Amino acid sequence: MPEGLLLEARGVSKGFPGVQALADMHLDVRYGEVLAVVGENGAGKSTLMKLLSGIYIPDAGEFFLEGKPLQVSGPRDALEQGISIIHQEFNLMPDLSVAENIFIGREPRVGGMFLSDKALDARAAELLDRLHLPLDPRRIVGSLSVAQQQMVEIAKALSYDAKLLIMDEPTAALNDAEVAVLHDLIRRFSTPTTGVVYISHRMDELKQISDRITVIRDGRYVDTLDTATSTTQEVVSRMVGRELAAHGSGARDVRTDRPVVLSVEGLTTRGDATHTALRGVGLEVREGEILGVAGLMGAGRTELARAIVGADPTTGGTVSLRGKPVRIGNPADAARLGVGYLSEDRKHLGLLLEQDVTSNIALSTVTDRFASWGFLRPKAMRDTAKEMVGALRIRTPSVDQIVQNLSGGNQQKVVIARWLAKNCDVLIIDEPTRGIDVGAKEEIYKLLDELAGQGKSIVMISSELPEVLRMSHRVVVMSEGRVTGELAAAEATQEAVMHLATLRGEKEML
Amino acid sequence: MTGPSLTKDTEQAGAATAVTSTVRARLQQFLAFGGLIVIFAFFSIVSENFFNYGNITNILFSTVVIGLLALGTTFVIITGGIDLSIGTGMALSAVMSGVFIVNLGVPLPFGVLGAILFGGLIGLVNGLSVAVLKLPPFIATLAMMLVAQGLALVVSHSAPIYFSDSPAYIDLSIGSIIPGANFPNAVLVFALAAIIAGVLLNSTVLGRYTYSIGSNEEATALSGIDVRRWKIIIYTVAGLFTGLAGVMISARLGSAQPATGMGYELQAIAAVVIGGTSLAGGKGSIVGTVIGALIISVLNNGLQIMSIPQEWQNVILGIVILLAVYADMARKRAA
Repeated sequence: MPEGLLLEARGVSKGFPGVQALADMHLDVRYGEVLAVVGENGAGKSTLMKLLSGIYIPDAGEFFLEGKPLQVSGPRDALEQGISIIHQEFNLMPDLSVAENIFIGREPRVGGMFLSDKALDARAAELLDRLHLPLDPRRIVGSLSVAQQQMVEIAKALSYDAKLLIMDEPTAALNDAEVAVLHDLIRRFSTPTTGVVYISHRMDELKQISDRITVIRDGRYVDTLDTATSTTQEVVSRMVGRELAAHGSGARDVRTDRPVVLSVEGLTTRGDATHTALRGVGLEVREGEILGVAGLMGAGRTELARAIVGADPTTGGTVSLRGKPVRIGNPADAARLGVGYLSEDRKHLGLLLEQDVTSNIALSTVTDRFASWGFLRPKAMRDTAKEMVGALRIRTPSVDQIVQNLSGGNQQKVVIARWLAKNCDVLIIDEPTRGIDVGAKEEIYKLLDELAGQGKSIVMISSELPEVLRMSHRVVVMSEGRVTGELAAAEATQEAVMHLATLRGEKEML
Repeated sequence: MTGPSLTKDTEQAGAATAVTSTVRARLQQFLAFGGLIVIFAFFSIVSENFFNYGNITNILFSTVVIGLLALGTTFVIITGGIDLSIGTGMALSAVMSGVFIVNLGVPLPFGVLGAILFGGLIGLVNGLSVAVLKLPPFIATLAMMLVAQGLALVVSHSAPIYFSDSPAYIDLSIGSIIPGANFPNAVLVFALAAIIAGVLLNSTVLGRYTYSIGSNEEATALSGIDVRRWKIIIYTVAGLFTGLAGVMISARLGSAQPATGMGYELQAIAAVVIGGTSLAGGKGSIVGTVIGALIISVLNNGLQIMSIPQEWQNVILGIVILLAVYADMARKRAA
């Protein structure tokens, strides 16, 4: 193993008008290790990455790669110097093939100007083989699952003979099984001459994959802990700068005495290349109940939610509210009946990012609450937004703030507020805490508990098992477009859920 | 101008004055407005024939048709769509006005109303193609552009329809209800239409959903808004402005010219874009569109007065569009 450190940051600072994004930052990555970097949103992680990829220039301080001062002029230069960065959002061209994506800008040529697809595919196949990635180089990237696209990103990053691999929330879109594949890949990548920086919010994962954990907060270095000898509580308290309330209550009361609010029977959909067909899905949610919906990616959970609210067409089945069958042809019908859907993809399917908090909160209720004879009542709209900001503890300088500038947790609260303004009885929340930092997750959990306490029925779809187990009164597990089982809170364990989630095909609905 | 700032503006200023723009709105429009002032000042200095009552009235008068088309299409563009059919749709509406008033002898007010509603019908069909058949707006309205052009020729037997026997119709445009001012009614019609468009966009549910759909159509749909229905309404509203433009152009010319119209849509879109409305949707304003339309007519007028050949006028207009959009983008990046 080479002497010294693979990467070192000494006193690195970067400021923007009004914000000191990084101040006197320290970081050291040893050879052969996986260093986790954690911090709440806005802690400075992405600024750090942008400095390392040459998008920003530090105001002060220096980076050293293998002991030599490091200067990066841009993303391409970073790659050539051995730093590969995998961003949270993919940089892939969906209409190109796997091989074309991996070698974009470095295509093998014939005679200086003609592309050679054969050589390209061969090189890609060789690379994928070396990485044990089961991907066809000729597949069009747009037809791959999110997890597979993630693999393409990784293959692309590793094709540059990286010394240092930096991953930003690499598992945000992956389910537990896919995370395992990713971790396996990372372990194989970390050799005595390389290192990995792994940025994540998921505590359980850091435990599995990292050697050390560096915590940053408000743009400053806080502490570095050895993963093996530290507890999650220790890490989290350093992240948030305060002690957190002890985790969840565990088993919850079963709410069989409460009336059923939403019931779904035999729901079927057609499905296509990227969407799992539902094959007779049934479930019911009672008043004041949080129903967890678990399952692996592709189990059909999001498809179920979209089918219930009429966002996608169904081919059979009934949806009933308080015992009465209802016809829901589109999300507008669902909203009118008091069923709100919060998408897993807040940015693309939830928010009007460039509009303010007021507009976002009022979106679903403009016609029913904030207009007379078609004319808007801006004051009423704003008052309601203010009320919601207070009630949901949305942290924003004002209701006029553009939603894009809020943190993930507060953005999520804005979408929740939208449905509360609509007075929805049923909230279907898809991945309520995706991309949200630990402190804010706690707040979302608390909020969901409060809402259930007020008698709302909540269907919570989640890929994070600990979240499902902690929050749900009851858990429904899906696999391949069917419900494969239902567990009361007391019997829902990680093992039991995973068992049901991996049941395949023929298994009949329970 | 952005959607959010509008919210703020309407809120502070109240619905009635939203269109006249408040401090924030004025700041947002500063660039286009500044550009208009600069161009205006330039022509005033280089040509002695530019800055006088007669010529300024002339400029305003020549803004009317493009301006009306631009008002309607601002809504469509804010939703992230585009409407290529407004030019020939205008010609078809003009022909229909002629059919109603000249050929069928419908009383003037009803004939005018009929022509405007016919424009709305064209918009309705566009809306149905886009919202129900899910055709890309570019394709749907390109098809309508051809259909409208063809129908205008068919209905009129390819001949202009003259309003010689309806002087009141012609007065809708070139007459002056302001006594002794010699100020064309067309400009008043345009001003009124702009105020209506501004109120619609800033202070009504329709305007709110126009911005929402343009900002994020899927999120809007998932929030329980019937996007399909609202899109149909928005295209129909745009069509009504097209119909009104048809009335105003035929009143001005004293005849409905079935073979015209093509090319007006691009001028109107240029006005909208110069006014800071984003073709990507979600952002835009009526004030901006009015300024954009004025910039185009001031340029055309000034260059004509300076005896710059038509060919060069187009070159200059093209460059102005590039500069306007670039400056707008640069300003947004800086903000």
